Amino acid sequence: MKILAIASAGGHWVQLLRLKPAFEGHELIFASTKKSFADTVKGYKFYSIPDASRWNKLKLVYSLLCVLKLIFVLRPNIIITTGAAPGLMGIIAGKLIGAKTVWVDSIANVENLSMSGKIAASIADRSYTQWPDLSNSKITFSGSVLS
Amino acid sequence: MIFITVGTQGPFDRLISIMDDLAQELPEIPFVAQISESTYKVKHMKHFEFIGPTEFDKYFSSAKIIVSHAGMGTIISALEYNKPIIIFPKLASLGEHRNEHQLATARRLERLNYLHVAYDREVLREKILSMLSGELNTLHSVGRYASSELIGSLQNFISI
Repeated sequence: MKILAIASAGGHWVQLLRLKPAFEGHELIFASTKKSFADTVKGYKFYSIPDASRWNKLKLVYSLLCVLKLIFVLRPNIIITTGAAPGLMGIIAGKLIGAKTVWVDSIANVENLSMSGKIAASIADRSYTQWPDLSNSKITFSGSVLS
Repeated sequence: MIFITVGTQGPFDRLISIMDDLAQELPEIPFVAQISESTYKVKHMKHFEFIGPTEFDKYFSSAKIIVSHAGMGTIISALEYNKPIIIFPKLASLGEHRNEHQLATARRLERLNYLHVAYDREVLREKILSMLSGELNTLHSVGRYASSELIGSLQNFISI
């Protein structure tokens, strides 16, 4: 299986890397919003994508187009993301090509799901929260990135 | 060395100015700070706007104490490398962030006894001094990867 793992720079990315053992035995490709992060996944294919948030609509559209292009070219079987907005774009693009999509909401969302998380929970094939009290029919709790 | 980091999402002048004052008070200890687009003029610390992951790791691993905004990247790294860390959350009420999730994260992790948190200048100063004297240490550490429950669940979902 070809797996595309996407996360914004910073905490989202650190959380994504902690999921790596789950992808063993598959072709794993990474994408993030800072070029220099390629150094943290040496030996893997890495693509940089533009950052975006809902606070800047123009950047949001540009980011969506770039993520769509990447996913239409790569055609991964599975897309997994720990957020934030560019990860949500990955989920949307993934649905369009028929990939299996997984959202892991950031552990930083302790009281509410993120805005992206709320949207992702309705469209991803599987969504996880990292806090048991935030789980519901749309989003599962099954441990966290901490061990 | 004390390493201070405020992340990539905007400045955190309140923390940087507190740490700059403390650096002046403790000239024998080197302070290194990643300050983002700060408007405060740093006088007593070696500082960078941003640093790449390789350099970040270098300062992070050689630091005796980490002082950070409540960003999960830094928090997880500190727990993974068993580094003494004090969290100083950005507050939306002071215009430092878009919402109070840093405050919520800090409170939750403090309640779980995972790390030390300071919410104001005086407590931050006291906790740093206690850490330097060895009275305060790391509270919790984690392995390199996510919980086996989460890894297992993901593996199952990928293979079906």
